[in-house]
Amino acid sequence: MTYVIKPKFRHPELPKNEIGFTHRDYEGAVSTLCAGCGHDSISAAIIEACFELSIAPHRVAKLSGIGCSSKTPTYFLGSSHGFNSVHGRMPSVLTGANLANRDLIYLGVSGDGDTASIGFGQFAHAIRRGVDMVYIVENNGVYGLTKGQFSATADPGSKSKRGVVNTDSAIDLVGIALQIGATFVGRSFSGDKAQLTPLIKAAIEHRGAAFIDVISPCVAFNNHTGSTKSFDYVREHNDVVNKLDFITGRATIEIDYAPGSVEVVQQYDGSTIALRKLDAEYDVHDRVAAMSFLQHHAAKGQIVTGLLYVAAESEDLHSHLNTVETPLNGLGDQELCPGSAALEKFNASLR
Amino acid sequence: MPLQSVNDFVIRFSNVNGSGSASANELFARSVLRMGIPVAPRNIFPSNIQGLPTWYEVRISSAGHLGARGGTDFLVAMNPQTWDKDVAAIEPGGYLLYDSTKPMPKSKFRNDITVIGVPLTAICNREYTEPRQRQLFKNIVYVGALSALLDMDVAEIEKLIGEQYKGKEKLFDANKHALHLGRDWVMMNLDHPIGLRLKRSNDVGDRIFIEGNSAAALGAVYGGATMCAWYPITPSSSLPEAFTRHCQRFRVDPATKKNKFAIIQAEDELSSIGMVIGAAWNGARAFTATSGPGISLMQEFLGLAYFAEIPAVIFDVQRAGPSTGMPTRTQQTDIISCAYASHGDTKHVLLFPEDPAEAFEFGAAAFDLADRLQTPIFVMLDLDIGMNHRLSRPLTWDDSHKFDRGKLMTAAALDTTADFGRYLDIDGDGIPYRTLPGTHPSKGSFFTRGTSRDRYAKYTEEGAAYVDNMQRLVRKFETAKDLVPRPLQANAGKPTKYGVIYFGSTSPAMDEAIELLEARGHAIDRLRVRAFPFHSSVTSFVGEHDFVFVVEQNRDAQLRSLIVNECSIDPVRLVPILHYDGTPITARFIAGAIADRLDALKVTPLRRDKVVS
Repeated sequence: MTYVIKPKFRHPELPKNEIGFTHRDYEGAVSTLCAGCGHDSISAAIIEACFELSIAPHRVAKLSGIGCSSKTPTYFLGSSHGFNSVHGRMPSVLTGANLANRDLIYLGVSGDGDTASIGFGQFAHAIRRGVDMVYIVENNGVYGLTKGQFSATADPGSKSKRGVVNTDSAIDLVGIALQIGATFVGRSFSGDKAQLTPLIKAAIEHRGAAFIDVISPCVAFNNHTGSTKSFDYVREHNDVVNKLDFITGRATIEIDYAPGSVEVVQQYDGSTIALRKLDAEYDVHDRVAAMSFLQHHAAKGQIVTGLLYVAAESEDLHSHLNTVETPLNGLGDQELCPGSAALEKFNASLR
Repeated sequence: MPLQSVNDFVIRFSNVNGSGSASANELFARSVLRMGIPVAPRNIFPSNIQGLPTWYEVRISSAGHLGARGGTDFLVAMNPQTWDKDVAAIEPGGYLLYDSTKPMPKSKFRNDITVIGVPLTAICNREYTEPRQRQLFKNIVYVGALSALLDMDVAEIEKLIGEQYKGKEKLFDANKHALHLGRDWVMMNLDHPIGLRLKRSNDVGDRIFIEGNSAAALGAVYGGATMCAWYPITPSSSLPEAFTRHCQRFRVDPATKKNKFAIIQAEDELSSIGMVIGAAWNGARAFTATSGPGISLMQEFLGLAYFAEIPAVIFDVQRAGPSTGMPTRTQQTDIISCAYASHGDTKHVLLFPEDPAEAFEFGAAAFDLADRLQTPIFVMLDLDIGMNHRLSRPLTWDDSHKFDRGKLMTAAALDTTADFGRYLDIDGDGIPYRTLPGTHPSKGSFFTRGTSRDRYAKYTEEGAAYVDNMQRLVRKFETAKDLVPRPLQANAGKPTKYGVIYFGSTSPAMDEAIELLEARGHAIDRLRVRAFPFHSSVTSFVGEHDFVFVVEQNRDAQLRSLIVNECSIDPVRLVPILHYDGTPITARFIAGAIADRLDALKVTPLRRDKVVS
């Protein structure tokens, strides 16, 4: 980590986005994670995505659990409210927050220790309810803060820094997310900003539960030979199914890819994802085929990345609950309290 | 001598769970009520769906005593499994109604009670061919038999059946017919009415008949709750279910048909409280309802809400613990686990409603208190209040009352504030100002965390900043003492050295016990505690008396421990009176236990002439 205090100075010619904010407006406090930590690259991708989408930073609520990954919301979007909750329980807190105010963007940041172990249940249930959120798991297969124990996403056969070999089978969060009904599922690598940034942008604009598994090597405890979550291993085994460009609904859609290899995915808000297919057999709308494709490649030791699945149509929890358009936290006495006359009628019905 | 009483006795129905008796028994209780006679029914049921024994006890009391009395004057024995115990529990001179279709050996009866045989099965078998009908109508047939035996106004029963089956003419006719089958059989074959009778009176007044859970849920509607997350657990499930019904009635926008509420049945209690905290953090009034095991599960989150200062409302409908305990039996047993919920130094605000009317009032007030104090508020109900229909004063609402959202900063307020710090104690009452996500583009955002932080919400592990924060939380708790409902004191007619402290569902039994004690010549002042932290009047009440009895429904005298601990009182001065077998506490028990101790405390000087050498 670094002890440098960020200077307040801003270059007057820093590029601005549509709402007049510079990149710096999306940054947070200086990271206290280890130098070279994959998580910091993910924070950078989140900053980039929000800047490019011209999102007003205060309209984002960032929530996390406990662990290295869950510390990162301090390091981006300094003008947003953040909530560092309890271990593995970010999904429930985020669900409640989302129900209280449907107008904000909800960014849930978690790690493999947080999501795949204590939080496995909450992760699954938030996804299956279709909470409108971006759920990012910063996945390094290891418990960093407590010094290098295996997490539940560690591959069997992978070796810890202390030389212990993992014998438990790994939880594949992407596979689970697909199985339980996530309407947007992606996987990326913290070292691949070109892939990760548009993926986050698309997830933000997606209505419903968007899940992104980001393999993010731990430089301190999981970046050695024998680890399947090291930079070298992931680079060697990464099988990218598509390259995507994300275009908001506000911008003109210009696609310069060769016809035939490009698929344009329209999102509910009018935004568009242009997918350049690298694997001819991959269909991003076919959930069952995606699951089979992932399993097939996993058996060969390949890590499939890209936009893995996006539902052609999606709904969220608010539509399931038929809630009013006004955020619930904006309703006052008038709208909520039935008053004494109604109470007198109620009394009369109980005599 | 058979018991003789008008409008003052206890009738107990002994049934098999799942046999359809519940609605017939409730019909009986409501019919008595419609005759203008106060009733207090209690459902004593097993943790089972079908087959185990269940009882329904109706206390009829023209004086309006609503606590359990204890003892049975009239038993309707419909369950062979529990026959022996049930019959043994009848008061001498009491009555027994049983199904006389099959002859019973003489040894199964008692000589000191009046035995009334009605061939219920034979009547039903003669009348109905379908097994289901035979079973269900048997219950209505015995209500009909009772109507003749107790001299009830049958028109009131018919009217109630009419209301129940409004628009279902066939069902109405069938039930009315079954009622008269039983009634007519008694009228033709037995002496009637018996010594226990019901006489139309005017003792109910404008009171309503409602379950505490439903009243508490309505309190949540009136208190502005928009978000409820819960997980099913007896005896609390009927609270969120009632909230759902009330919301469908009061909270659907008439124009758009959209809901001004969100109710989630969560995957467990951890998630329930997590959602409540998330919603409350984001400015919606939110609650969960649970029972003891749920409170145990929620401990970690409750500590977060305390430390991160997030308003949350928890309705705890208590049942007998520990562990799964007796899930369908009542106790006041989560006092300590709620008051000090979670690890580290924590203290929480508890409210103790005595009945449905207070469950409604405190249920609504809890949301104002939560916002004002920015902390979890526990509404401590129990099975006895929550799941039984209780005669209660009508619910009232003051239309001039506006929600107290507490110290919530708007964007305009932030614009004129030079120095916003989430945990700054500007007013000296320990309560800081808070902002909601999305309020202002550049001001007032902060990071909420369960880790230690300074006054500006910045992470710190510095001892001084930590202590500063913990001391402010103590100040906030002091502030709470004057905001929560105050204890209510009622003094005896003459000066006395003795007092009694009680709370919650003990209330009706306590009021009646005072009468019993007075009849025995004991004078005692009483204080009903309605909230924790304790108001200073609790300490002064103890100070004004030599000995104070603390009546509660748990083994370990939890409220007493809390008083000793929080008010620094010598434990010797507080005499525990404890009832914890899972049945509701009775006036007979309280009066007996207190009188025994008072008698023991009374030092009677030895008179010489009485000493036998």
